Amino acid sequence: MTASLRLRAAVVSIVLLAVFLGAWHLATRSTGTAANMSPEYAKLMGMTATQGKSAMPGPLDVGAKLWEHLKRPFYDNGPNDKGLGIQLAFSLGRVMLGYLIAVAIAIPLGFLIGMSPLMSKALDPFIQIMKPISPLAWMPLALYTIKDSSLSAIFVIFICSVWPMLINTAFGVASVRKEWINVARTLEVGNVRRAFTVILPAAAPTILTGMRISIGIAWLVIVAAEMLVGGTGIGYFVWNEWNNLSITNVIIAILLIGVVGMVLDQILARVSRLVTFPE
Amino acid sequence: MTDKFISIEGIAKRYDGARSTTIFENLWLGMARGEFVCVIGHSGCGKTTVLNILAGLDVPSEGAVIVDGQAIEGPSLDRAVIFQSHALLPWRTVLGNVAYAISSKWRRWDRAKVKAHALKYIELVGLAGSEHKRPSELSGGMKQRVGIARALSITPKIMLMDEPFSALDALTRGTLQDEVRRICVETGQTVFMITHDVDEAIYLADKIVLMTNGPGAVLAEIVENPLPKDRLRGDLHRHPLYYALRNHIIDFLVSRSKIFTAETPDHDPRKVPVVKIGRTEPTIVASKPVDSDAPQAVAR
Ligand SMILES: Nc1ncnc2c1ncn2[C@@H]1O[C@H](COP(=O)(O)OP(=O)(O)OP(=O)(O)O)[C@@H](O)[C@H]1O
Ligand SMILES: [Mg+2]
Repeated sequence: MTASLRLRAAVVSIVLLAVFLGAWHLATRSTGTAANMSPEYAKLMGMTATQGKSAMPGPLDVGAKLWEHLKRPFYDNGPNDKGLGIQLAFSLGRVMLGYLIAVAIAIPLGFLIGMSPLMSKALDPFIQIMKPISPLAWMPLALYTIKDSSLSAIFVIFICSVWPMLINTAFGVASVRKEWINVARTLEVGNVRRAFTVILPAAAPTILTGMRISIGIAWLVIVAAEMLVGGTGIGYFVWNEWNNLSITNVIIAILLIGVVGMVLDQILARVSRLVTFPE
Repeated sequence: MTDKFISIEGIAKRYDGARSTTIFENLWLGMARGEFVCVIGHSGCGKTTVLNILAGLDVPSEGAVIVDGQAIEGPSLDRAVIFQSHALLPWRTVLGNVAYAISSKWRRWDRAKVKAHALKYIELVGLAGSEHKRPSELSGGMKQRVGIARALSITPKIMLMDEPFSALDALTRGTLQDEVRRICVETGQTVFMITHDVDEAIYLADKIVLMTNGPGAVLAEIVENPLPKDRLRGDLHRHPLYYALRNHIIDFLVSRSKIFTAETPDHDPRKVPVVKIGRTEPTIVASKPVDSDAPQAVAR
Protein backbone atom coordinates (compact mmCIF):
# COMPACT_ATOMS: atom_id res chain seq x y z
CA MET A 1 0.00 0.00 0.00
CA THR A 2 2.62 2.52 1.07
CA ALA A 3 4.98 1.27 -1.62
CA SER A 4 2.39 1.80 -4.30
CA LEU A 5 1.56 5.21 -2.85
CA ARG A 6 5.20 6.17 -3.04
CA LEU A 7 5.39 4.89 -6.58
CA ARG A 8 2.33 6.83 -7.66
CA ALA A 9 3.66 9.95 -5.97
CA ALA A 10 6.94 9.53 -7.84
CA VAL A 11 5.09 9.18 -11.13
CA VAL A 12 3.07 12.33 -10.43
CA SER A 13 6.27 14.18 -9.50
CA ILE A 14 7.93 13.18 -12.75
CA VAL A 15 4.87 14.13 -14.79
CA LEU A 16 4.72 17.53 -13.07
CA LEU A 17 8.43 18.06 -13.77
CA ALA A 18 7.97 17.09 -17.40
CA VAL A 19 4.99 19.44 -17.77
CA PHE A 20 6.96 22.25 -16.16
CA LEU A 21 10.03 21.68 -18.35
CA GLY A 22 7.86 21.38 -21.45
CA ALA A 23 5.99 24.60 -20.68
CA TRP A 24 9.27 26.34 -19.95
CA HIS A 25 10.72 25.08 -23.20
CA LEU A 26 7.72 26.23 -25.24
CA ALA A 27 7.55 29.59 -23.51
CA THR A 28 11.23 30.40 -24.03
CA ARG A 29 11.23 29.14 -27.61
CA SER A 30 8.57 31.66 -28.56
CA THR A 31 10.79 34.52 -27.39
CA GLY A 32 13.19 33.25 -30.02
CA THR A 33 11.17 35.41 -32.41
CA ALA A 34 13.37 38.19 -31.17
CA ALA A 35 15.81 36.94 -33.77
CA ASN A 36 13.28 37.87 -36.46
CA MET A 37 13.16 41.48 -35.52
CA SER A 38 15.04 44.01 -37.50
CA PRO A 39 18.78 43.95 -36.83
CA GLU A 40 18.79 47.65 -35.94
CA TYR A 41 16.15 47.12 -33.34
CA ALA A 42 17.92 44.09 -32.01
CA LYS A 43 21.14 46.01 -31.75
CA LEU A 44 19.29 48.73 -29.91
CA MET A 45 17.98 46.20 -27.47
CA GLY A 46 21.47 44.93 -26.84
CA MET A 47 20.53 41.36 -27.56
CA THR A 48 22.79 40.50 -30.42
CA ALA A 49 25.77 41.78 -28.50
CA THR A 50 25.44 38.91 -26.05
CA GLN A 51 24.18 36.38 -28.58
CA GLY A 52 20.70 36.18 -27.08
CA LYS A 53 22.16 35.43 -23.69
CA SER A 54 20.01 37.95 -21.91
CA ALA A 55 16.86 36.43 -23.31
CA MET A 56 15.11 33.99 -21.01
CA PRO A 57 17.03 30.73 -21.51
CA GLY A 58 15.22 27.46 -22.10
CA PRO A 59 15.70 24.29 -20.11
CA LEU A 60 18.11 22.92 -22.69
CA ASP A 61 20.40 25.95 -22.40
CA VAL A 62 20.34 25.67 -18.65
CA GLY A 63 21.02 21.94 -18.84
CA ALA A 64 24.00 22.40 -21.12
CA LYS A 65 25.41 25.18 -18.99
CA LEU A 66 24.85 23.15 -15.82
CA TRP A 67 26.77 20.27 -17.35
CA GLU A 68 29.62 22.65 -18.10
CA HIS A 69 29.65 23.82 -14.49
CA LEU A 70 29.48 20.31 -13.12
CA LYS A 71 32.45 19.27 -15.23
CA ARG A 72 34.62 22.06 -13.83
CA PRO A 73 33.29 23.01 -10.40
CA PHE A 74 36.54 24.27 -8.93
CA TYR A 75 38.25 26.45 -11.54
CA ASP A 76 39.47 29.85 -10.46
CA ASN A 77 40.01 32.58 -13.06
CA GLY A 78 40.28 35.54 -10.74
CA PRO A 79 37.78 37.30 -8.50
CA ASN A 80 34.86 37.45 -10.92
CA ASP A 81 35.13 34.01 -12.45
CA LYS A 82 35.27 31.07 -10.11
CA GLY A 83 33.76 27.60 -10.36
CA LEU A 84 30.39 27.05 -8.71
CA GLY A 85 31.97 24.51 -6.37
CA ILE A 86 34.31 27.17 -5.01
CA GLN A 87 31.47 29.67 -4.60
CA LEU A 88 29.32 27.12 -2.79
CA ALA A 89 32.25 26.15 -0.58
CA PHE A 90 32.69 29.79 0.44
CA SER A 91 29.00 30.09 1.26
CA LEU A 92 28.90 26.80 3.14
CA GLY A 93 32.00 27.75 5.08
CA ARG A 94 30.42 31.01 6.23
CA VAL A 95 27.13 29.33 7.05
CA MET A 96 28.85 26.60 9.02
CA LEU A 97 31.00 29.03 10.96
CA GLY A 98 28.14 31.33 11.87
CA TYR A 99 25.86 28.41 12.58
CA LEU A 100 28.34 26.56 14.78
CA ILE A 101 29.01 29.68 16.82
CA ALA A 102 25.25 30.02 17.20
CA VAL A 103 24.96 26.39 18.33
CA ALA A 104 27.80 26.83 20.79
CA ILE A 105 26.06 29.81 22.35
CA ALA A 106 22.37 28.95 21.95
CA ILE A 107 22.41 25.48 23.48
CA PRO A 108 24.20 26.23 26.76
CA LEU A 109 22.31 29.51 27.10
CA GLY A 110 19.06 27.76 26.27
CA PHE A 111 19.81 25.23 29.00
CA LEU A 112 20.33 28.04 31.47
CA ILE A 113 17.12 29.77 30.46
CA GLY A 114 15.15 26.54 30.46
CA MET A 115 16.39 25.54 33.91
CA SER A 116 15.87 28.90 35.55
CA PRO A 117 12.43 30.48 35.52
CA LEU A 118 14.07 33.73 36.61
CA MET A 119 16.43 33.89 33.63
CA SER A 120 13.63 32.77 31.39
CA LYS A 121 11.44 35.69 32.44
CA ALA A 122 14.32 38.15 32.49
CA LEU A 123 15.63 37.36 29.01
CA ASP A 124 12.26 36.87 27.35
CA PRO A 125 11.72 40.52 26.29
CA PHE A 126 15.15 40.65 24.67
CA ILE A 127 14.58 37.45 22.77
CA GLN A 128 11.14 38.54 21.65
CA ILE A 129 12.56 41.79 20.27
CA MET A 130 15.68 40.34 18.68
CA LYS A 131 13.94 37.40 17.04
CA PRO A 132 11.86 39.22 14.39
CA ILE A 133 14.67 41.50 13.18
CA SER A 134 15.45 40.91 9.54
CA PRO A 135 18.97 39.63 8.95
CA LEU A 136 19.76 42.42 6.53
CA ALA A 137 18.89 45.06 9.08
CA TRP A 138 21.92 43.90 11.06
CA MET A 139 24.20 44.29 8.06
CA PRO A 140 25.08 47.98 8.27
CA LEU A 141 25.69 47.73 11.97
CA ALA A 142 27.86 44.66 11.47
CA LEU A 143 29.83 46.29 8.68
CA TYR A 144 30.33 49.41 10.75
CA THR A 145 31.46 47.66 13.91
CA ILE A 146 33.28 44.61 12.50
CA LYS A 147 34.53 46.36 9.35
CA ASP A 148 35.51 43.09 7.67
CA SER A 149 32.80 42.18 5.18
CA SER A 150 33.28 38.44 5.37
CA LEU A 151 33.13 38.45 9.16
CA SER A 152 30.03 40.61 8.94
CA ALA A 153 28.32 37.97 6.85
CA ILE A 154 29.23 35.35 9.44
CA PHE A 155 27.92 37.58 12.19
CA VAL A 156 24.63 38.02 10.39
CA ILE A 157 24.32 34.25 9.98
CA PHE A 158 25.02 33.86 13.66
CA ILE A 159 22.56 36.47 14.85
CA CYS A 160 19.76 35.08 12.70
CA SER A 161 20.21 31.42 13.40
CA VAL A 162 20.72 31.75 17.13
CA TRP A 163 17.10 32.52 18.07
CA PRO A 164 15.21 29.42 16.99
CA MET A 165 17.83 27.24 18.67
CA LEU A 166 17.80 29.32 21.82
CA ILE A 167 14.04 29.35 22.08
CA ASN A 168 13.66 25.65 21.31
CA THR A 169 16.42 24.62 23.69
CA ALA A 170 14.93 26.68 26.49
CA PHE A 171 11.47 25.31 25.77
CA GLY A 172 12.69 21.72 25.49
CA VAL A 173 14.65 21.95 28.72
CA ALA A 174 11.82 23.64 30.59
CA SER A 175 9.28 21.06 29.52
CA VAL A 176 11.19 17.91 30.40
CA ARG A 177 8.67 15.71 32.20
CA LYS A 178 8.81 16.14 35.91
CA GLU A 179 8.69 12.41 36.52
CA TRP A 180 11.95 11.91 34.61
CA ILE A 181 13.61 14.59 36.68
CA ASN A 182 12.18 12.91 39.77
CA VAL A 183 13.75 9.60 38.77
CA ALA A 184 17.14 11.29 38.63
CA ARG A 185 16.47 13.06 41.91
CA THR A 186 15.57 9.87 43.77
CA LEU A 187 18.77 8.32 42.42
CA GLU A 188 20.75 11.29 43.75
CA VAL A 189 22.15 12.00 40.31
CA GLY A 190 24.30 15.13 40.35
CA ASN A 191 23.42 18.23 38.36
CA VAL A 192 25.89 17.71 35.55
CA ARG A 193 25.07 14.04 35.10
CA ARG A 194 21.37 14.85 35.25
CA ALA A 195 21.80 17.45 32.53
CA PHE A 196 23.50 14.95 30.25
CA THR A 197 21.57 11.79 31.07
CA VAL A 198 18.04 13.09 31.50
CA ILE A 199 17.52 16.66 30.37
CA LEU A 200 19.59 16.52 27.19
CA PRO A 201 18.09 13.30 25.82
CA ALA A 202 14.59 14.42 26.78
CA ALA A 203 15.00 17.83 25.17
CA ALA A 204 17.05 16.62 22.19
CA PRO A 205 14.15 16.29 19.75
CA THR A 206 13.00 19.85 20.47
CA ILE A 207 16.56 21.16 20.27
CA LEU A 208 17.08 19.41 16.95
CA THR A 209 13.89 20.97 15.59
CA GLY A 210 15.32 24.36 16.50
CA MET A 211 18.63 23.49 14.86
CA ARG A 212 16.79 22.46 11.73
CA ILE A 213 14.86 25.72 11.54
CA SER A 214 18.10 27.59 12.14
CA ILE A 215 20.08 25.94 9.38
CA GLY A 216 17.26 26.79 6.99
CA ILE A 217 17.34 30.43 8.05
CA ALA A 218 21.14 30.52 7.85
CA TRP A 219 21.07 29.26 4.30
CA LEU A 220 18.33 31.74 3.37
CA VAL A 221 20.32 34.57 4.84
CA ILE A 222 23.70 33.76 3.35
CA VAL A 223 22.54 34.49 -0.21
CA ALA A 224 21.23 37.91 0.72
CA ALA A 225 24.25 38.66 2.87
CA GLU A 226 26.71 37.74 0.14
CA MET A 227 24.85 39.87 -2.34
CA LEU A 228 25.54 42.79 -0.06
CA VAL A 229 29.10 42.08 1.03
CA GLY A 230 30.26 40.75 -2.33
CA GLY A 231 33.52 39.06 -3.17
CA THR A 232 32.78 35.37 -2.99
CA GLY A 233 29.99 32.95 -2.36
CA ILE A 234 26.91 31.77 -4.15
CA GLY A 235 24.98 34.94 -3.29
CA TYR A 236 27.68 37.05 -4.85
CA PHE A 237 27.69 34.71 -7.84
CA VAL A 238 23.97 35.32 -8.40
CA TRP A 239 24.44 39.06 -8.17
CA ASN A 240 27.48 39.01 -10.44
CA GLU A 241 25.75 36.90 -13.09
CA TRP A 242 22.76 39.23 -12.97
CA ASN A 243 25.13 42.08 -13.69
CA ASN A 244 26.54 39.99 -16.55
CA LEU A 245 22.95 39.42 -17.67
CA SER A 246 23.56 35.68 -17.64
CA ILE A 247 20.13 34.50 -16.66
CA THR A 248 21.21 30.92 -17.35
CA ASN A 249 23.79 31.09 -14.58
CA VAL A 250 21.30 32.77 -12.27
CA ILE A 251 18.86 29.93 -12.81
CA ILE A 252 21.59 27.37 -12.21
CA ALA A 253 22.58 29.14 -9.02
CA ILE A 254 18.96 29.18 -7.85
CA LEU A 255 18.73 25.47 -8.52
CA LEU A 256 21.92 24.76 -6.58
CA ILE A 257 20.87 26.94 -3.65
CA GLY A 258 17.70 24.90 -3.45
CA VAL A 259 19.54 21.59 -3.62
CA VAL A 260 22.13 22.53 -1.00
CA GLY A 261 19.41 23.86 1.29
CA MET A 262 17.53 20.60 0.96
CA VAL A 263 20.65 18.56 1.70
CA LEU A 264 21.40 20.61 4.82
CA ASP A 265 17.83 20.15 5.99
CA GLN A 266 17.90 16.43 5.33
CA ILE A 267 21.14 15.98 7.27
CA LEU A 268 19.54 17.54 10.33
CA ALA A 269 16.37 15.55 9.77
CA ARG A 270 18.48 12.38 9.93
CA VAL A 271 20.17 13.46 13.14
CA SER A 272 16.78 14.42 14.49
CA ARG A 273 15.45 10.96 13.79
CA LEU A 274 18.37 9.48 15.72
CA VAL A 275 17.51 11.34 18.90
CA THR A 276 13.73 11.10 18.85
CA PHE A 277 12.24 8.47 21.07
CA PRO A 278 8.72 7.09 20.92
CA GLU A 279 6.73 7.39 24.10
CA MET B 1 6.43 4.08 70.54
CA THR B 2 9.92 5.47 70.59
CA ASP B 3 11.45 3.09 68.09
CA LYS B 4 9.94 4.89 65.12
CA PHE B 5 12.16 4.56 62.08
CA ILE B 6 10.02 6.83 59.97
CA SER B 7 8.00 9.50 61.68
CA ILE B 8 5.61 11.73 59.82
CA GLU B 9 5.12 14.71 62.11
CA GLY B 10 2.20 16.97 61.48
CA ILE B 11 2.64 17.42 57.75
CA ALA B 12 0.22 19.43 55.66
CA LYS B 13 -0.09 20.04 51.95
CA ARG B 14 -1.87 23.07 50.61
CA TYR B 15 -2.13 24.39 47.11
CA ASP B 16 -2.65 28.11 46.95
CA GLY B 17 -4.32 29.40 43.91
CA ALA B 18 -7.56 31.10 43.08
CA ARG B 19 -9.18 28.65 45.47
CA SER B 20 -6.61 27.47 47.94
CA THR B 21 -7.14 23.84 48.87
CA THR B 22 -5.87 21.85 51.79
CA ILE B 23 -5.25 18.31 50.62
CA PHE B 24 -4.49 17.25 54.20
CA GLU B 25 -3.10 18.82 57.33
CA ASN B 26 -1.78 17.77 60.70
CA LEU B 27 -0.96 14.27 59.53
CA TRP B 28 0.95 12.03 61.93
CA LEU B 29 2.20 8.53 61.37
CA GLY B 30 5.01 6.42 62.71
CA MET B 31 6.56 3.37 61.14
CA ALA B 32 8.92 0.92 62.80
CA ARG B 33 11.99 -0.46 61.05
CA GLY B 34 11.14 -3.39 58.83
CA GLU B 35 7.44 -2.62 58.91
CA PHE B 36 5.25 -3.03 55.84
CA VAL B 37 2.57 -0.35 55.76
CA CYS B 38 -0.16 -0.13 53.17
CA VAL B 39 -2.26 2.96 52.65
CA ILE B 40 -5.76 2.62 51.32
CA GLY B 41 -7.98 5.51 50.40
CA HIS B 42 -10.07 6.81 47.59
CA SER B 43 -8.60 8.35 44.49
CA GLY B 44 -7.46 11.93 44.93
CA CYS B 45 -7.28 11.87 48.73
CA GLY B 46 -3.57 12.64 48.74
CA LYS B 47 -1.81 9.29 49.00
CA THR B 48 0.71 10.04 46.27
CA THR B 49 1.33 13.43 47.83
CA VAL B 50 2.25 11.79 51.15
CA LEU B 51 4.49 9.33 49.32
CA ASN B 52 6.23 12.12 47.42
CA ILE B 53 6.89 13.93 50.67
CA LEU B 54 8.35 10.74 52.12
CA ALA B 55 10.50 10.41 49.03
CA GLY B 56 11.72 13.97 49.43
CA LEU B 57 10.37 14.90 46.01
CA ASP B 58 7.72 17.16 47.44
CA VAL B 59 7.95 19.55 50.35
CA PRO B 60 5.14 19.68 52.90
CA SER B 61 3.53 23.05 53.53
CA GLU B 62 3.90 22.36 57.24
CA GLY B 63 5.50 19.76 59.44
CA ALA B 64 8.35 17.39 58.73
CA VAL B 65 9.23 13.77 58.18
CA ILE B 66 11.96 12.24 60.31
CA VAL B 67 13.75 9.17 59.02
CA ASP B 68 16.22 7.43 61.29
CA GLY B 69 16.47 10.50 63.49
CA GLN B 70 17.00 12.96 60.66
CA ALA B 71 14.56 15.24 58.94
CA ILE B 72 14.16 14.53 55.22
CA GLU B 73 15.81 17.25 53.18
CA GLY B 74 15.49 15.76 49.76
CA PRO B 75 15.46 12.52 47.81
CA SER B 76 17.88 9.80 48.80
CA LEU B 77 19.16 6.54 47.35
CA ASP B 78 18.12 4.93 50.61
CA ARG B 79 14.50 5.51 49.71
CA ALA B 80 13.56 3.90 46.42
CA VAL B 81 10.37 4.97 44.70
CA ILE B 82 8.14 2.95 42.41
CA PHE B 83 6.17 5.61 40.62
CA GLN B 84 2.49 5.36 39.85
CA SER B 85 3.23 6.55 36.32
CA HIS B 86 6.16 4.13 35.77
CA ALA B 87 8.47 7.08 35.04
CA LEU B 88 10.74 5.08 32.77
CA LEU B 89 13.17 7.00 30.60
CA PRO B 90 11.77 6.35 27.12
CA TRP B 91 15.09 6.76 25.30
CA ARG B 92 16.64 3.95 27.32
CA THR B 93 15.97 0.25 27.02
CA VAL B 94 14.68 -1.88 29.87
CA LEU B 95 18.26 -2.79 30.67
CA GLY B 96 19.32 0.84 30.31
CA ASN B 97 16.66 2.02 32.74
CA VAL B 98 17.63 -0.47 35.42
CA ALA B 99 21.35 0.02 34.78
CA TYR B 100 20.93 3.78 35.16
CA ALA B 101 19.72 3.29 38.72
CA ILE B 102 22.47 0.79 39.52
CA SER B 103 25.27 2.94 38.13
CA SER B 104 23.87 5.88 40.07
CA LYS B 105 24.09 3.95 43.30
CA TRP B 106 27.44 2.27 42.69
CA ARG B 107 29.39 4.82 40.67
CA ARG B 108 32.57 2.74 40.61
CA TRP B 109 31.09 -0.40 39.13
CA ASP B 110 32.19 -1.27 35.60
CA ARG B 111 29.71 -1.87 32.81
CA ALA B 112 29.80 -5.64 32.99
CA LYS B 113 29.05 -5.68 36.69
CA VAL B 114 26.22 -3.18 36.32
CA LYS B 115 24.77 -5.20 33.47
CA ALA B 116 24.93 -8.50 35.32
CA HIS B 117 23.30 -6.95 38.37
CA ALA B 118 20.57 -5.34 36.25
CA LEU B 119 19.84 -8.57 34.40
CA LYS B 120 19.38 -10.36 37.69
CA TYR B 121 16.54 -8.04 38.66
CA ILE B 122 15.06 -7.95 35.18
CA GLU B 123 14.85 -11.71 35.34
CA LEU B 124 13.35 -11.51 38.79
CA VAL B 125 10.39 -9.51 37.52
CA GLY B 126 9.98 -11.90 34.61
CA LEU B 127 11.25 -9.68 31.85
CA ALA B 128 14.24 -11.77 30.76
CA GLY B 129 14.36 -11.59 26.97
CA SER B 130 12.82 -8.12 26.86
CA GLU B 131 15.84 -6.30 28.22
CA HIS B 132 16.60 -4.61 24.92
CA LYS B 133 13.09 -3.31 24.36
CA ARG B 134 12.24 0.32 24.82
CA PRO B 135 9.45 1.39 27.18
CA SER B 136 7.24 2.26 24.20
CA GLU B 137 7.34 -1.39 23.18
CA LEU B 138 6.15 -2.62 26.56
CA SER B 139 2.68 -3.13 27.96
CA GLY B 140 1.58 -1.19 31.01
CA GLY B 141 2.23 -4.16 33.26
CA MET B 142 5.69 -4.72 31.80
CA LYS B 143 6.54 -1.06 32.37
CA GLN B 144 5.44 -1.41 35.95
CA ARG B 145 7.69 -4.41 36.36
CA VAL B 146 10.68 -2.46 35.02
CA GLY B 147 9.91 0.16 37.65
CA ILE B 148 9.85 -2.54 40.31
CA ALA B 149 13.14 -4.01 39.07
CA ARG B 150 14.71 -0.57 39.08
CA ALA B 151 13.65 0.11 42.65
CA LEU B 152 14.65 -3.33 43.96
CA SER B 153 18.00 -3.31 42.18
CA ILE B 154 19.44 -0.53 44.30
CA THR B 155 18.60 -2.40 47.57
CA PRO B 156 17.33 0.62 49.47
CA LYS B 157 16.42 0.80 53.14
CA ILE B 158 12.94 2.09 52.48
CA MET B 159 10.66 1.26 49.59
CA LEU B 160 7.98 3.72 48.59
CA MET B 161 5.56 2.05 46.23
CA ASP B 162 2.70 3.83 44.49
CA GLU B 163 0.22 1.21 43.28
CA PRO B 164 3.04 -0.95 41.94
CA PHE B 165 0.85 -3.86 40.85
CA SER B 166 -2.22 -2.02 39.60
CA ALA B 167 -1.70 -2.72 35.90
CA LEU B 168 -0.90 -6.41 36.21
CA ASP B 169 -2.98 -9.49 35.55
CA ALA B 170 -3.84 -11.65 38.55
CA LEU B 171 -1.16 -14.25 37.88
CA THR B 172 1.75 -11.86 37.35
CA ARG B 173 0.55 -9.76 40.22
CA GLY B 174 0.62 -12.77 42.49
CA THR B 175 4.13 -13.78 41.49
CA LEU B 176 5.43 -10.26 41.87
CA GLN B 177 3.74 -9.79 45.22
CA ASP B 178 5.50 -12.93 46.37
CA GLU B 179 8.85 -11.71 45.08
CA VAL B 180 8.50 -8.22 46.49
CA ARG B 181 7.39 -9.61 49.84
CA ARG B 182 10.27 -12.07 49.89
CA ILE B 183 12.86 -9.40 49.05
CA CYS B 184 11.40 -6.96 51.52
CA VAL B 185 11.40 -9.51 54.31
CA GLU B 186 14.88 -10.82 53.44
CA THR B 187 16.46 -7.40 53.22
CA GLY B 188 14.48 -5.99 56.12
CA GLN B 189 12.87 -3.26 54.04
CA THR B 190 10.61 -0.72 55.57
CA VAL B 191 7.83 -0.35 53.04
CA PHE B 192 5.22 2.33 52.47
CA MET B 193 2.87 1.17 49.79
CA ILE B 194 -0.24 2.64 48.26
CA THR B 195 -2.84 0.27 46.92
CA HIS B 196 -6.49 0.08 46.01
CA ASP B 197 -6.55 -3.70 46.32
CA VAL B 198 -7.75 -4.84 49.73
CA ASP B 199 -6.49 -8.41 49.34
CA GLU B 200 -3.09 -7.15 48.32
CA ALA B 201 -2.95 -5.03 51.46
CA ILE B 202 -3.99 -7.97 53.62
CA TYR B 203 -1.38 -10.22 52.06
CA LEU B 204 1.52 -7.79 52.20
CA ALA B 205 0.96 -5.33 55.03
CA ASP B 206 1.69 -5.46 58.70
CA LYS B 207 -0.43 -2.38 59.15
CA ILE B 208 -3.08 -0.94 56.91
CA VAL B 209 -3.65 2.79 57.12
CA LEU B 210 -7.09 3.96 56.14
CA MET B 211 -7.30 7.45 54.74
CA THR B 212 -10.53 9.44 54.44
CA ASN B 213 -11.62 11.31 51.36
CA GLY B 214 -10.11 14.68 50.59
CA PRO B 215 -9.92 17.56 50.67
CA GLY B 216 -8.83 17.75 54.27
CA ALA B 217 -8.13 14.03 54.34
CA VAL B 218 -7.15 12.44 57.65
CA LEU B 219 -5.74 9.09 58.65
CA ALA B 220 -8.79 7.49 60.20
CA GLU B 221 -7.42 4.23 61.52
CA ILE B 222 -4.39 2.02 61.54
CA VAL B 223 -5.59 -1.54 61.18
CA GLU B 224 -3.18 -4.15 62.46
CA ASN B 225 -2.99 -7.23 60.36
CA PRO B 226 -3.89 -10.21 62.57
CA LEU B 227 -2.68 -12.78 60.04
CA PRO B 228 0.54 -14.63 60.85
CA LYS B 229 3.78 -13.32 59.35
CA ASP B 230 4.39 -16.49 57.37
CA ARG B 231 1.04 -16.32 55.61
CA LEU B 232 0.68 -17.77 52.15
CA ARG B 233 -1.22 -16.00 49.45
CA GLY B 234 -3.41 -18.98 48.68
CA ASP B 235 -4.35 -19.52 52.30
CA LEU B 236 -5.39 -16.00 53.22
CA HIS B 237 -9.10 -16.62 52.97
CA ARG B 238 -8.86 -19.67 55.26
CA HIS B 239 -7.64 -17.59 58.15
CA PRO B 240 -10.43 -17.07 60.69
CA LEU B 241 -9.87 -13.33 60.86
CA TYR B 242 -9.57 -12.77 57.14
CA TYR B 243 -13.18 -11.86 56.45
CA ALA B 244 -13.50 -9.68 59.49
CA LEU B 245 -10.44 -7.75 58.39
CA ARG B 246 -11.53 -7.55 54.80
CA ASN B 247 -15.03 -6.44 55.67
CA HIS B 248 -13.73 -3.82 58.01
CA ILE B 249 -11.61 -2.27 55.30
CA ILE B 250 -14.24 -2.49 52.59
CA ASP B 251 -16.79 -1.06 54.93
CA PHE B 252 -14.50 1.87 55.51
CA LEU B 253 -13.99 2.44 51.80
CA VAL B 254 -17.66 2.09 50.94
CA SER B 255 -19.23 4.25 53.59
CA ARG B 256 -17.09 5.45 56.46
CA SER B 257 -14.41 7.20 54.41
CA LYS B 258 -16.92 9.87 53.38
CA ILE B 259 -18.51 10.55 56.74
CA PHE B 260 -15.62 9.86 59.08
CA THR B 261 -14.64 13.49 59.64
CA ALA B 262 -18.21 14.56 60.35
CA GLU B 263 -18.96 11.61 62.61
CA THR B 264 -15.77 11.73 64.59
CA PRO B 265 -15.26 15.31 65.71
CA ASP B 266 -12.94 14.30 68.55
CA HIS B 267 -10.54 12.49 66.22
CA ASP B 268 -7.01 13.25 67.34
CA PRO B 269 -4.70 13.16 64.34
CA ARG B 270 -1.71 12.67 66.64
CA LYS B 271 -3.21 9.53 68.08
CA VAL B 272 -4.71 7.66 65.21
CA PRO B 273 -6.67 4.76 66.66
CA VAL B 274 -5.05 1.39 66.15
CA VAL B 275 -7.65 -1.19 65.31
CA LYS B 276 -7.12 -4.83 66.17
CA ILE B 277 -9.44 -7.23 64.49
CA GLY B 278 -10.36 -9.49 67.37
CA ARG B 279 -13.23 -11.73 66.48
CA THR B 280 -12.40 -15.25 65.58
CA GLU B 281 -15.43 -15.92 63.44
CA PRO B 282 -16.15 -14.49 60.02
CA THR B 283 -18.36 -11.42 60.25
CA ILE B 284 -21.10 -10.55 57.85
CA VAL B 285 -20.74 -7.05 56.43
CA ALA B 286 -21.36 -4.59 59.22
CA SER B 287 -24.67 -2.81 58.85
CA LYS B 288 -23.71 0.30 60.74
CA PRO B 289 -20.79 2.54 59.78
CA VAL B 290 -18.85 1.58 62.90
CA ASP B 291 -19.50 -1.91 64.03
CA SER B 292 -19.10 -1.74 67.77
CA ASP B 293 -18.78 -5.47 67.94
CA ALA B 294 -16.29 -6.64 65.37
CA PRO B 295 -13.29 -4.34 65.48
CA GLN B 296 -12.38 -2.75 68.71
CA ALA B 297 -10.66 0.57 68.50
CA VAL B 298 -7.74 0.93 70.81
CA ALA B 299 -6.28 4.38 71.22
CA ARG B 300 -2.54 4.38 71.54
N1 LIG C 1 -0.46 21.03 41.45
C1 LIG C 1 -1.64 20.84 42.09
N2 LIG C 1 -2.47 21.88 42.31
C2 LIG C 1 -3.64 21.70 42.95
N3 LIG C 1 -4.07 20.52 43.39
C3 LIG C 1 -3.29 19.44 43.20
C4 LIG C 1 -2.03 19.54 42.54
N4 LIG C 1 -1.48 18.32 42.50
C5 LIG C 1 -2.35 17.49 43.10
N5 LIG C 1 -3.43 18.16 43.53
C6 LIG C 1 -4.58 17.58 44.25
O1 LIG C 1 -4.08 16.86 45.33
C7 LIG C 1 -4.97 15.79 45.61
C8 LIG C 1 -4.18 14.57 45.96
O2 LIG C 1 -3.48 14.07 44.84
P1 LIG C 1 -2.73 12.67 44.89
O3 LIG C 1 -2.03 12.49 43.61
O4 LIG C 1 -1.90 12.65 46.13
O5 LIG C 1 -3.95 11.66 45.02
P2 LIG C 1 -3.93 10.09 45.23
O6 LIG C 1 -4.51 9.83 46.57
O7 LIG C 1 -2.57 9.55 44.97
O8 LIG C 1 -4.94 9.60 44.13
P3 LIG C 1 -4.89 8.30 43.20
O9 LIG C 1 -5.34 7.16 44.02
O10 LIG C 1 -5.86 8.61 42.13
O11 LIG C 1 -3.49 8.16 42.70
C9 LIG C 1 -5.87 15.63 44.40
O12 LIG C 1 -7.17 15.93 44.79
C10 LIG C 1 -5.36 16.62 43.40
O13 LIG C 1 -6.43 17.25 42.78
MG1 LIG D 1 -1.74 8.43 43.44
